[in-house]
Amino acid sequence: MKIRVERDGLADAVAWVARSLPSRPPVPVLGGVLLDAGSPDGEPGDALTVSGFDYEVSATVGVPATIADGGRTLVSGRLLADITKALPNHPVEISVDGSRMTISCGSARFSLPTMPVEDYPQLPVMPQLVGELAGEVFGEAVSQVAVAAGKDDTLPMLTGVRVEIGGGKLTLVATDRFRLAMREFPWEPNEALDETAVLVPAKTLADAAKTLGVSGGRVELSLAANDGLLGLSGAGRRTTTRLLDADFPKYRQLLPSEHSSAAIIDVDPLVQAVKRVSLVAERGTQVRLEFVEGGLRLSAGGDDEGSAEEELRVEYTGEPVTIAFNPTYLLEGVSAVRTPRAHLSFTTPSRPALLKPVDEDGNVAPGYIYLLMPVRLPG
Amino acid sequence: MGRSAGLPRGLADRFRAVDGRWPDDTGCPVLHVDMDAFYASVEIRERPELREVPVVVGGVGHRGVVCSANYLARTFGVRSAMPTAHARRLAPHAVFLPPSFGLYQEISRGVMEIFRDISPLVEPLSLDEAFVDVSGSLRRLRTTPAAIGAQIRARVEAEHGITCSVGVGPTKFLAKLASGMCKPDGMMVVPRAEVTAFLHPLPVSALWGVGKRTAEQLERIGLDTVADIAATPLPRLRRVLGVAQAEHLHALSRGRDDRRVEPESREKSVGAEETFETDHHDRGVLRRELLRLSERSAGTLRARGLRGRTVSIKVRFADFTTITRSRTLPVATDVTREVFGTACTLLDEHVPPGAVRLIGVRVEQLVAGDDTGEQLMFDAPERGWREAEQAADQARSKFGSAAVRPASLLSAAPERSGEPAPRPDHP
Repeated sequence: MKIRVERDGLADAVAWVARSLPSRPPVPVLGGVLLDAGSPDGEPGDALTVSGFDYEVSATVGVPATIADGGRTLVSGRLLADITKALPNHPVEISVDGSRMTISCGSARFSLPTMPVEDYPQLPVMPQLVGELAGEVFGEAVSQVAVAAGKDDTLPMLTGVRVEIGGGKLTLVATDRFRLAMREFPWEPNEALDETAVLVPAKTLADAAKTLGVSGGRVELSLAANDGLLGLSGAGRRTTTRLLDADFPKYRQLLPSEHSSAAIIDVDPLVQAVKRVSLVAERGTQVRLEFVEGGLRLSAGGDDEGSAEEELRVEYTGEPVTIAFNPTYLLEGVSAVRTPRAHLSFTTPSRPALLKPVDEDGNVAPGYIYLLMPVRLPG
Repeated sequence: MGRSAGLPRGLADRFRAVDGRWPDDTGCPVLHVDMDAFYASVEIRERPELREVPVVVGGVGHRGVVCSANYLARTFGVRSAMPTAHARRLAPHAVFLPPSFGLYQEISRGVMEIFRDISPLVEPLSLDEAFVDVSGSLRRLRTTPAAIGAQIRARVEAEHGITCSVGVGPTKFLAKLASGMCKPDGMMVVPRAEVTAFLHPLPVSALWGVGKRTAEQLERIGLDTVADIAATPLPRLRRVLGVAQAEHLHALSRGRDDRRVEPESREKSVGAEETFETDHHDRGVLRRELLRLSERSAGTLRARGLRGRTVSIKVRFADFTTITRSRTLPVATDVTREVFGTACTLLDEHVPPGAVRLIGVRVEQLVAGDDTGEQLMFDAPERGWREAEQAADQARSKFGSAAVRPASLLSAAPERSGEPAPRPDHP
């Protein structure tokens, strides 16, 4: 193999592929990046494809290149990413001779050992295209929802984002049992598709949505629900991920149908105030929200660790009430509504509270909810 | 555990409380309260038929050690921390019992509560001993330190059916020495004016911080008693012992001890561990042990009103390589079930197969439960495991540690060294 490629294109491609590689690969080849030059599988015009795969997630991206001699080779992904990031801004020449790969750029030269390509797993085939949507919309929706996904691997069904397709809409939902985030928007799949729901690892989905949803681009969604595979592509990048084989909790019944108290809150002042008072909330203990007519008093801490309080003006309707939340969960929720004002509603201090976006006219905007369980105050 | 360093008999009697009379206790605000042969006394309280026999509490297996022995057993030379096998040779006819830590903790808690009724300045040293500074309570209670000591002794016996010994003195060091010298079931007062008379005849080993090695060093330069040390110029002591220890011992020998009674410092972690009788490969056995240890750790958390966010396990293999692995929970817990679940996950995911000698569970990053709210969950019922376990705690405190336990622990592995044995003779 002997090729010539632009430095920036190569560095971006390798960095993007390497970020999905496992940090401690169970076998060395799974920590590798596959360089494939002149393969007939490549996109037209992209003579070089850069790929990674660890049996869970695959990532493939094409890079324009000049091929003197085609071929495939496998090298350590982490090392190649570090090297290409640090290369000077000159064309890069890559050649493989025997079991070593040489990278030349300007006056810099690297020689890396290669790993046997024969030991590398077959990259999954991109599943059937389901439809496409604006990259920005998808990126925002995923990040609004993935924030509520669990991080505890012992409860795998909670580490995913449930993706529901059907009834003319796309629904994304995630919960870690303490909060639940749900985003819905109208969407028509390309072909008539049966209603379907899959569970996608939240971290992978969030990473992919962030990097694929670059401005103006479209994201293509592909699905092979029976094979347990989801594909996403956009901006020349393709990624697949295994679906989680676990039952997502029955969440619809959790959504409250009514509330007795509601407040419209300016998000930014609330975020600032919660961050301030929770400085004394030791190890993530609660911040208390005391709602009275026209006002909200935030407080946290106690005699031992110090205490803090702060008052905010809010539009509040309902009986005076004190409700407490984990400050991190509250902050993540009010930040996820993505509007300058948020609507917070609840019934009692031990029942779930609901955060929703508020539009410019002061009305609740449909499409997103963040449901948050309070902290029961001691005593 | 009291020091057995003895005073000349006549001298000891001078300080001992007898028939409600005691020496002048003015300016002696520090009490050291020490349960007499605590674990053994508790076991005897549970089974009065053991009252007249030597009783040894400890690991019953071949790696077990003695935790406690009653005074009858001690007359045969049985001591704490000696291998149980050795104790068996010394006192073959003694009754050997495995410890029931849950019960000891329960009683210890009750005893410490008695102290806290009297003064907030209670510094527990272990389950069975504590310092109490009563200086702030004298006026309120219109009493004297030794009268409080007598009252504590009476209440502990009346409420818990075990005896304790109390040392009363101007400093922690003197109070502790005194309690050790009036055991069992006694009280001794070291009057402020007679500190020197009390202290100086004692051997150097009576001083806090003097072990076997230091005692030998001191003997080599001809210092046998506390009086000898008090009379030695400090520079000479420094040359032999080093600056820090010389100054420390010199101060003690003159009755000076600046340590204050520090009320219970906030614990950093709570845990329990177990050395197996024989090494175990079987994950089922290891998991059962984790359940038992999780129950003990979480029970301690509940009893002390604490919750912890991080659960760790420690595993020592047959070759003594030891690993610890931990995981931080989203919400601090005191629930046995959560501690156990996390411990099992750690075992399954991070512990390679192999013969295990010791296994332990620890809960860290503690917060006080009473100012920690409880993060509610969508799917949790209003009353959950915490409430069930609290109810079980109450049952255990009434009926003993075997009253309520997880079903999987009922057919307890027999070959453990420190296992609270099932008690069929218990209600």
